Amino acid sequence: MPTLETTFAGIKCLNPFWLASAPPTNCGEQIMRAFDAGWGGAVWKTIGAPVTNVSSRYSSIDWSNQRMMGFNNIELISDRPTEVNLREIAEVKKRYPKHVVIASLMVESKRETWHDIVQRVEDAGADGLELNFGCPHGMSERGMGSAVGQVPEYCEEITGWVKEKARTPVVVKLTPNISDIRMPARAAKRGGADALSAINTINSITSIDLETLQPRPNVDGKSSHGGYCGPAVKPIALNMVQQVMSDPLAALPMSGIGGIGSWQDAAEFILLGSGTVQVCTAAMHYGYRIVEDMSDGLLAWMRRKGYETIDDFRGLSLPNVREWKNLNLNFRVVAEIHADKCIGCQLCYTACWDGAHQCIHLDRADGGMQTLVKGTDPRYEHGEPNPHGMPTPAMVLAKSAMVITTTPIPKLDMSSVASGEGTPLHRVPRVDEDECVGCNLCSLVCPVPECITMERRDTGLPPETWEQRVAKREAAESVAATGNPNL
Amino acid sequence: MSTSTGFFEKAPGSPEIAERFADLHPPLTPVAAMIEANRCLYCFDAPCMAACPTHIDVPKFIKKIASDNLEGSARTILDANILGASCSRACPVEVLCEGSCVLNHHNSRPIEIGRLQRFAMDALHASGAPLPFEPGKDTGKRVALIGAGPASLACAAELRRRGIQADLFDARALPGGLNTYGIAEYKLPLVESLREIDMLTQLGVDFHFNTVIDARALDDLEARYDAVFLGVGLGAIRKLGIAGEERAGVTNALDMIAEYKSGTMTSVPARVAVIGAGNTAIDAAIAAVRLGATEVTMIYRRGPESMSAFTFEYEHAKQEGVRFLWHVVPSELIGEESITSLRLAPNLGPPAHRSENACEVAVDLLVLAIGQGTHTEFLDGGKVELERGRIVVSRATGQTSNAKYFAGGDCANGGREVVDAVADGKRAGIGIANYLEVAHANA
Ligand SMILES: Cc1cc2nc3c(=O)[nH]c(=O)nc-3n(C[C@H](O)[C@H](O)[C@H](O)COP(=O)(O)O)c2cc1C
Ligand code: SF4
Ligand code: SF4
Ligand code: SF4
Repeated sequence: MPTLETTFAGIKCLNPFWLASAPPTNCGEQIMRAFDAGWGGAVWKTIGAPVTNVSSRYSSIDWSNQRMMGFNNIELISDRPTEVNLREIAEVKKRYPKHVVIASLMVESKRETWHDIVQRVEDAGADGLELNFGCPHGMSERGMGSAVGQVPEYCEEITGWVKEKARTPVVVKLTPNISDIRMPARAAKRGGADALSAINTINSITSIDLETLQPRPNVDGKSSHGGYCGPAVKPIALNMVQQVMSDPLAALPMSGIGGIGSWQDAAEFILLGSGTVQVCTAAMHYGYRIVEDMSDGLLAWMRRKGYETIDDFRGLSLPNVREWKNLNLNFRVVAEIHADKCIGCQLCYTACWDGAHQCIHLDRADGGMQTLVKGTDPRYEHGEPNPHGMPTPAMVLAKSAMVITTTPIPKLDMSSVASGEGTPLHRVPRVDEDECVGCNLCSLVCPVPECITMERRDTGLPPETWEQRVAKREAAESVAATGNPNL
Repeated sequence: MSTSTGFFEKAPGSPEIAERFADLHPPLTPVAAMIEANRCLYCFDAPCMAACPTHIDVPKFIKKIASDNLEGSARTILDANILGASCSRACPVEVLCEGSCVLNHHNSRPIEIGRLQRFAMDALHASGAPLPFEPGKDTGKRVALIGAGPASLACAAELRRRGIQADLFDARALPGGLNTYGIAEYKLPLVESLREIDMLTQLGVDFHFNTVIDARALDDLEARYDAVFLGVGLGAIRKLGIAGEERAGVTNALDMIAEYKSGTMTSVPARVAVIGAGNTAIDAAIAAVRLGATEVTMIYRRGPESMSAFTFEYEHAKQEGVRFLWHVVPSELIGEESITSLRLAPNLGPPAHRSENACEVAVDLLVLAIGQGTHTEFLDGGKVELERGRIVVSRATGQTSNAKYFAGGDCANGGREVVDAVADGKRAGIGIANYLEVAHANA
């Protein structure tokens, strides 16, 4: 039986699922309910300098019928008195000794202030410390949060101060608002950090109210740039985690954060080297209960794949991320449309014509377009030949516009319409394999799973990377050069 | 020239009818419309658009609902179909756009195109905005349109957008033909048809009501106008051809539907029999149920597999409690002053059915719905080519054998849906404009 129990930077964890430092970890009562729901750990809402919050604080980006694809906040760190947070940390640890409580910290950049807060949260019973060098709004204007995270020297120095005092593991939480995340990560490592967590939120303006012209979230008619998170940021977070974990000067135990909401998301972060994962937006959206399927689903997947522990698959995808110059240029795939699955939406067709390489055509038999129709394509007006030699989208539409359709009279002329038959063959597009560059676009836009697959075609050539090709060319050129009597 | 606006205010009808014939497909709420619109895949060369006789750009108008551009959505609909609101309610979408939606092959739940179309059109009406088109610059050309049903209205709209004068002549007191008087009220209320025609008339259409055009009058119009469009629809419902059809208690489906829609008929007696099994017969049978009949029987000479009603209409009738008698024909109408019962004789059919089918049915009201004849007699004498009473046209242009005459709608297509009439009228309008060599003022 696989287990989710794991050890992170020396901290024993019931499972790798932690709540990120944010509103879901605002107080002890919440965190205890979260532990009851199945969370293995919680990073306390950042404790430190006193703050006052504004109202309102959040805004989001919806996508189609889905709310909160991207989430944005201009909230600051905990606005509760530090003593209250400390008292509740002690209470939680007393009642839930096996669950992980990490204290997230952010104070003025003064050595004594850091020493003082570290001492107090460790005395309260925290299992570890997370240094919030990532908050991108508000706190950064006061020289804290991402103002620290963006300057590797500050990162290193403050991590060093904390390490002088800390008895528990020190996690440094990185900001993504920087051009190369490896720099602050290396600095934290030099400063003695035991672990890293990434990412914090990304600078953002989510939207503007088109009636009032005021950005959201609205605070008395004004807004401020906020921190972006939620499903939309996952790819950015995965990339940053990979960057850090593939860099020997930066790599440390990693707590992956950013857009995680399902067991699949968690598995991906772990495959790129994370030892635990943290969740904020998904828990704010759906509540603590989401952890049940995250655990259940991950365990089932581990069972299928034969992994016993988190460590069995942690980082396994890292070697598969290469620099572009190390990819095989002689590998070739082409799109294949499985007509039996195709529903005839022709999104692949329009995508390939307008967004790829004009190699999907609507010329299958059964009423398909065999002969070119003069459409609205301006090149025809100018008497130019169609550069592709195939009907263009404009010609396809022009032909359809000419078709006369009438309501079928039942029992007389009911066609295939609504008859439950499959997609008419003329609606099923065809890929011109010779022209297909194998970009994937059509298979990505196709709404039907497994309908367009990318099939390998043997090029008959041995694997060759760009690096190898350039090296070979340079070698050939130097031979040519030395062999040239004129040089 | 008669007044060309304000039909909506003049609509006849009764609150009782409105209550009994509530929407079969209620309007979508804004939330439901948004969710449904977002479900549309935005197909390329969409099959739903091809299946629509007027080729409404369905993905385009749905996308505009999703982007909260309802004004643009309604304009997209009206640009292709000037009776877009009526069609959104009256169309048999199951065999048209929705029947061809690719999602039938995906998760078996097509987009509710008809209801989305109504949503966009309702929003336009509620906004009080004018029709989003202007008449074209006056060309000095004039066209007479006989009949003011959907074909003529659609034709007139195309003509007006191209700066051609459009004069419509109709025997009734209100415009719209069957769109106003003939669609089951729970699909398209009479008043909604008039509301849409009010909008269309903003293009400057002239109506001549209570005007019957006979052969002489037609000659006169031909002399005075540059072209003539024939949108006269079909004629009266055929007779059974047995004795006693003129007696009280015998009516036909079209008259019955027109009467209840206008509010002049608000109830029917207890036992109603409808002869026929087409869509109109079903409309009449369901109307009888809604008007208070307790026993409604449909009588058809063949079996269910041969009925010309759409399957979903048949299902609807069964749900409303309509009873069906198959493979029988009326052989005798019984009753002194008024009909009391109907004797039925077996018709061809599987022998198993035959014997038990000979019977007598008690009937207080008999409704005939066995197809409409034509009323193109005024065209006899070779003015335009007819084929069994139907006007022969070029399908692409609506032009008849007589270059100056165009035709569309039921009188040319033999009797189909409102949307087919609109499509015919639209093609003919463009055809007439081309015939008159008018450049597209608004194209
Ligand atoms: C409303 C809100 C408040 C947050 N407050 C903090 C905070 O006090 N300290 C901190 O380190 N991160 C804070 N975060 C960032 C989250 O911990 C997390 O890094 C980020 O939301 C990305 O994860 P997600 O995509 O699962 O939401 C906050 C996020 C949100 C949405
Ligand atoms: S994979 Fe080939 S067929 Fe598909 S979009 Fe790209 S170029 Fe076109
Ligand atoms: S996108 Fe997929 S379903 Fe749509 S036409 Fe192309 S292959 Fe068929
Ligand atoms: S076929 Fe269906 S999914 Fe495709 S555009 Fe039409 S309504 Fe939308």
